[in-house]
Amino acid sequence: MFGWEFPPHISGGLGTACYGMTKGLAHNDVDVLFVMPSASGDEDQSDISIINASDVETADTLMSIDEFLGKVEFLRVGSNIMPYVDPEDYTKLTSEERLMQTEEFKYHFHNKYKFSGKYGKNLMEEVVRYSMVGGTLALQNNFDVIHAHDWLTYLAGIAAKRVSGKPLVIHVHATEYDRTGENVNTQVYAIEQMGMREADKVITVSDWTRNIVINKYGIDPEKVVTVHNAVDFSNRETLVAKRGVPEKTVTFLGRITFQKGPEYFIEAAYKVLQKNDNVRFVMAGSGDLLNRSIRRVAQLGIADKFHFTGFLRGADVQKMFALSDVYVMPSVSEPFGISPLEAMQSNVPTIISKQSGVAEVLKYAIKVDFWDIDGLADAIYGLVTYPAIAKMAGEKGYDEVNSLKWDHAAAKIKDVYQAAMNLK
Amino acid sequence: MATKSICFYFQVHQPDRLRQYRFFDIGNDYNYCDDFTNKVIMRRVAQKCYLPVNALLLDMIKKNSKKFKVAFSISGVAVDQFKRYAPEVLDSFKALAATGCVEFLAETYAHSLASVANEAEFKQQVKDHSKLIESTFGVKPVTFRNTELIYSDAIGATVASMGYTTMLTEGAKHILGWKSPNFVYTNAINPRLRLLLKNSAMSDDIAFRFSNRSWDGWPLTAEKYAGWVDSALQNEDTLNLFMDYETFGEHQSAESGIFDFLKALPAALLAKGFTFNTPAEVAKMHQPVAPLHVPDPISWADEERDLSAWLGNELQNEAFHKVYALGNKVKRTKNEDLINTYRMLQESDHFYYMCTKFFSDGAVHSYFNPYDTPYEAFINYMNVLSDFELRVDACLKNNNKK
Repeated sequence: MFGWEFPPHISGGLGTACYGMTKGLAHNDVDVLFVMPSASGDEDQSDISIINASDVETADTLMSIDEFLGKVEFLRVGSNIMPYVDPEDYTKLTSEERLMQTEEFKYHFHNKYKFSGKYGKNLMEEVVRYSMVGGTLALQNNFDVIHAHDWLTYLAGIAAKRVSGKPLVIHVHATEYDRTGENVNTQVYAIEQMGMREADKVITVSDWTRNIVINKYGIDPEKVVTVHNAVDFSNRETLVAKRGVPEKTVTFLGRITFQKGPEYFIEAAYKVLQKNDNVRFVMAGSGDLLNRSIRRVAQLGIADKFHFTGFLRGADVQKMFALSDVYVMPSVSEPFGISPLEAMQSNVPTIISKQSGVAEVLKYAIKVDFWDIDGLADAIYGLVTYPAIAKMAGEKGYDEVNSLKWDHAAAKIKDVYQAAMNLK
Repeated sequence: MATKSICFYFQVHQPDRLRQYRFFDIGNDYNYCDDFTNKVIMRRVAQKCYLPVNALLLDMIKKNSKKFKVAFSISGVAVDQFKRYAPEVLDSFKALAATGCVEFLAETYAHSLASVANEAEFKQQVKDHSKLIESTFGVKPVTFRNTELIYSDAIGATVASMGYTTMLTEGAKHILGWKSPNFVYTNAINPRLRLLLKNSAMSDDIAFRFSNRSWDGWPLTAEKYAGWVDSALQNEDTLNLFMDYETFGEHQSAESGIFDFLKALPAALLAKGFTFNTPAEVAKMHQPVAPLHVPDPISWADEERDLSAWLGNELQNEAFHKVYALGNKVKRTKNEDLINTYRMLQESDHFYYMCTKFFSDGAVHSYFNPYDTPYEAFINYMNVLSDFELRVDACLKNNNKK
């Protein structure tokens, strides 16, 4: 299994999902070899073995460089589009380039590459290097199925498939459309589409995402299976936080980016505060829309009732949930959305957008369209003003969220593996 | 030759920097200040500037047989910090006061923007500051200088109504036009208030350009500077050199030679026939030449010489409106602790940290700024303000029960 991050060092929901999923798979008698670009050594390996890609020497003596490159020719990074050359020159130029790349690959051969495992400037380079490790590991290990999570690892999955001939399952936790709206990064889109095409089966975390995969990437619906995420709260202690504010607290917690719809939260907050002064709003997280959000709150003149916490980690996230009376996730496009489940597990009534995958599995969350500021304001107002509905949403939500088990989801994933193997 | 005055005024102020105050602290913790940083900075500036320069000035006054004079405006919060972190600095200011050659000016206690927010609050802060200065240095101030030399016709009239006869402000080009800052002017509403205007070019030669090696005036010597003064005051009355006291030893390091420059200055200027006068003396000695019309507030900050360093964007405006909206509630608590904290929250520096004018004056702004971004400054301040409001409300509730 190729992932990009794994608890405790995570920056998003992907690592947490991988953790729960691998545990669930272990309970379903599936052995998992989990590869990640940069492991720290403090990951929980009780149910799985972790391979740190930074420790792997690329390629192997079993195969010559040319043979290896022949199978994974997409690794040749570089542009084949050369305007204004005649076919002869073109052949000459491209063969020169091939030679150069083989030389370059030799240089990296038998070298370890130190991955950052982050999402920084060299992301593309890391993605390509990671796929070299993927190919290498496929030669060195025995396995039945390759499972790759999100576009960062698709190339590694493809490399492993081409080298080993084993079936590939790719798991779509998010697509470029969720992250950026319509302004997709074409390079990322191309990798995503390549992964989906090359895969024997595609798992999507919701029907919302399944539709995107089918419609925007043109993938055969037969191949695409939805397996909803679950949550694992087994290790969680109930955290009691000291409440400092007398008002009801309404929380947004997540990256402050286009995808998460922070502006709808702010506008709804303004509407609620016109009617009910006994409420405070908190926007927890960081992102490229943070400063704009702060300016908007100042413009609306509600900064004494609307707080920003910056990025929260670990215990502070728990604390934030414990202090919340309402949790809001107004995402514009959310493949799944784990955080409302965490809120519900803390007994917090939750409002989610209809444009989220998690809306497909929750009955006891209030659902509104992300753009419906009035609807969102209504729901918030109701939950902070009428104790009866807040109590019901809290209690029922708690029961509901505790029935979403990774063991069930993992059983479905195991079925997908089986189907992929039967295709061969 | 009629007397030509050189008038030095030095601003002494240190803000109460806030600690990182998070949402989780609201309602749980009412320690707002970063005491450690405040103490460290105060100790550092005391060692590099206040103590050595006070000693130097005392020496200069004695050596020039009291012909050298200066004025200080020390904010109330700075005096409080001296008491807390550097009492020896206060003693050295008292020694200067005892020479009779030093005038202490009145300002707002908290170095606040109250003059553009709330007249009652403004007057109260000025009264409290005046009391503090009188009890500390034994002289009641007669000259007023507002935070950052902020001035308008209306502010001047308010100041005059409080009994002050002289006020300092910026010789802002957009106000003066062709007029010279080197004369005494009067307030446009109440002509009894005399105005002394900062000569920006010649003040900044010392305060900002002194150590700049790419400046064609470098290196600046006392003799060279005296020559410039001579030509500047050919037909004019007074040269007002207004600057932060921290110029000496802090902004311009001791290694730049600023101390030697200062030391040599009195002799060089006295030799050319100039006299050193305090602001109150200058206002009396020279006949005002005209009223000065300033309908909108000016200040000594940045290229614009207006309020945009403190009230120039939506963050600053929001914080400013929210803090001054609490005024009446805070007063009704009659709780000394809360009233003092309210003063602290009014320090203009908090708003300065939220300034987004990164480009033209960013260097000066970032030098003074404990925050990485104006957004952080705003969030932190609003969190503190939220907790403060909760405490005010709780106190009022308690008062009502009694």
